[in-house]
Amino acid sequence: MADASRPVRRGFARRGKLTPYLLVLPGGLWLLLFFAVPMATMLSLSLQQGDIVSGYAFTGHWQTYVDAIVDYRSQLVRSLVYGAIATVVLIVLAFPVAYWIAFFGGRRKPTYLFLLLLPFFVSFVLRTISWRYILTDDGFVLGALKDAGLLGPGFHILGTPFAVIAGLVYNFLPFMVLPVYVALERIDPRVVEAARDLYAGPAAAFRKVVFPLALPGVFAGVLMTFVPVSSDYVNSAVLGSSSTTMIGQVIQAQYLVNSDYPTASALSFALMAVLLIGVFAYARALGTEDVMTVAAR
Amino acid sequence: MRRGGRLLHAYTWVIIVWLILPVFVMIAFGFNDTKGRYNQNWVGFTFKWYGRVFDLDELTRALVISVVVALVSMVVSGALGTGIGYALGRYQFRGSGTLNLIMFATMSAPELVMGASLLTLFVSLGVGLGVVTITIAHVMFSISFVAVVVRARVLTLDRSVEEAAADLGANGWTTFWKVTFPIILPAVFSGMLLAFALSIDDFVVTNFTAGTTVTFPLWIWGATRIGLPPQVNVMGTIIFALGVVIAVATNVRARQRSRG
Repeated sequence: MADASRPVRRGFARRGKLTPYLLVLPGGLWLLLFFAVPMATMLSLSLQQGDIVSGYAFTGHWQTYVDAIVDYRSQLVRSLVYGAIATVVLIVLAFPVAYWIAFFGGRRKPTYLFLLLLPFFVSFVLRTISWRYILTDDGFVLGALKDAGLLGPGFHILGTPFAVIAGLVYNFLPFMVLPVYVALERIDPRVVEAARDLYAGPAAAFRKVVFPLALPGVFAGVLMTFVPVSSDYVNSAVLGSSSTTMIGQVIQAQYLVNSDYPTASALSFALMAVLLIGVFAYARALGTEDVMTVAAR
Repeated sequence: MRRGGRLLHAYTWVIIVWLILPVFVMIAFGFNDTKGRYNQNWVGFTFKWYGRVFDLDELTRALVISVVVALVSMVVSGALGTGIGYALGRYQFRGSGTLNLIMFATMSAPELVMGASLLTLFVSLGVGLGVVTITIAHVMFSISFVAVVVRARVLTLDRSVEEAAADLGANGWTTFWKVTFPIILPAVFSGMLLAFALSIDDFVVTNFTAGTTVTFPLWIWGATRIGLPPQVNVMGTIIFALGVVIAVATNVRARQRSRG
C-alpha cells in the first residue's frame, strides 16, 4: 500500500514541467467532478427548502439539521454505539491473529493472509445474507440445537443487537487484521530480545515494547473500520429488526423512499462530521505522534 | 511461550473458519435440491442448478450489467489512476498535496455519503440514473486505489535501468514505453484487478446511483425478502472460484518472476 515514509529519488526526469499535470488532469478532474462537487452540492442542498416536485431554493435553513438530529437522535446514537462496540471487539479479535501470523507465520505468512481475504471474493451482501441463513430461527444451526433440547423454542439471534454487531465485526475483521499485521511485521525481533535480555518478562515485553509499536497499526485499523461500520446499513437491515435501526438505514430511506433530500443531506453531513470528530478525538487521545517518535528512536 | 504459540495458532484457524463459513454455506446451497425458491433447508445433493444458472432472465441481466460496469470501470479507472499514481511517484508538482488529500478522502469517506452526494448531484442536474451513472461512481471510488498501488511501485523502481536506457541512446519516450512501463505494468494490473473487484461487489454506492437499473448485488438485495433462488448461490460460487483462480495465478507468476 501507500508508503509515504520512503524517500523519493528525484532529479532524473525533470524535463517537461507540464508532464505531471497532464498525467494527473483526467483523473483529478474526475475526482473533482464526482467527489468534491457532489459533496458541495449535498452541503448546499441540506440548507435548501422545497420538495422534489416544485424544486428547491437556497434559504440557509440550518433548522433542518436541528430537526433531523432531534428526530433521529436514537438511530444516530445507536449507530455510534454499535460502531464503537464493534471497533473494540474488532481490535480484541484481530490482534492475536495478526500477532500470530506476524511472529509465527514463517514461510506461510502469505497463505494465512490470503485465507483471511478469501471471503472478499464473495459479494458483501451475499455473505451477510448467508449469515441470516445460518442464524435463522429454525435453520440448520438453531433448529438442530432446539431439537436437541439445548435451546428453548423461543431462542433467537436474528433481530437482536448482538446479530447486527456480530455481522459488522464479521464483515470488517480483515480490515483490522491487515494494518495491525503490517505494524507488527515491521517490529525488529531484536528489539523484543533486547527487552527480554533486560529482564522484562514475556508480559512486560509485550506491554512495553510490542504493543506500543503496534499502535499505529491499530490506529490505521480503527480508521478503516469505525467509519464504515457506523455508517453501515446492510447488516442492520439483513440481520436486525426495527429496534436495531441504524442511521444509514434512515438516510437511505429518506433519499430513496421518501425523497426528502434536505433532511437526508443534513443527516449525511451530520453523520460524517460526527465520525470525523470521533476519529480526530481518538487520534489526539492516542497521541500517535508520540508513538511514532518512540518507534523512531 | 511455545504453548502460547500453539494456542494462538488454533485461535487463528478458528477465526479463519469463521470468516469462510458463510462462503461454504453459499457454495453448499448451490448444490441443494430445493423445490421452490425457498433455499434455506437442506433437501439433497444435485448438480441441476449449474445447468439452469441462466434460467432467471432478470438475474442474468443483472449479472451481465455488473460485469460490463466492472470491466468499463476497471479500464477507465486503470488509465486515470495510473496517470495519477505515476505522476505522484515520479514528479514533485504543485497541487500534489491537495490531490493526496482528495484521494485519502475518497478512500475513507463513508460509502453511504459518497453515494448520497452523487445522487444529489445527478438529481440537481436532472441526469437520469442508470448504467452510466453507476459506472461514473465506480470509476470515482476506484481511481484512488489504482493510483496508490501504482505509486508504490513507481517509488520503489530502480532508476538505474532507466539511466542505462538513456545512456544507450533511448530518448525519454522510448525509455518510458520500453523500460519503465513494462516494469510498472504488474502494478497497473493489480490495481485494475482491485478496481474490478471493488466494482462488481459494490452495493452501497450503486444503490444510490442506479435508479431502476439492477446490478447483481442489487438483485440479491431486492430478492432477500422473498428468498434467494439457488441460481444466486451458483453464480456466487462461480465468481468466487474465478476470483480465487485469478488471484492465485497472479501470485504464482509474481513469485516465479521474483525467483527467476
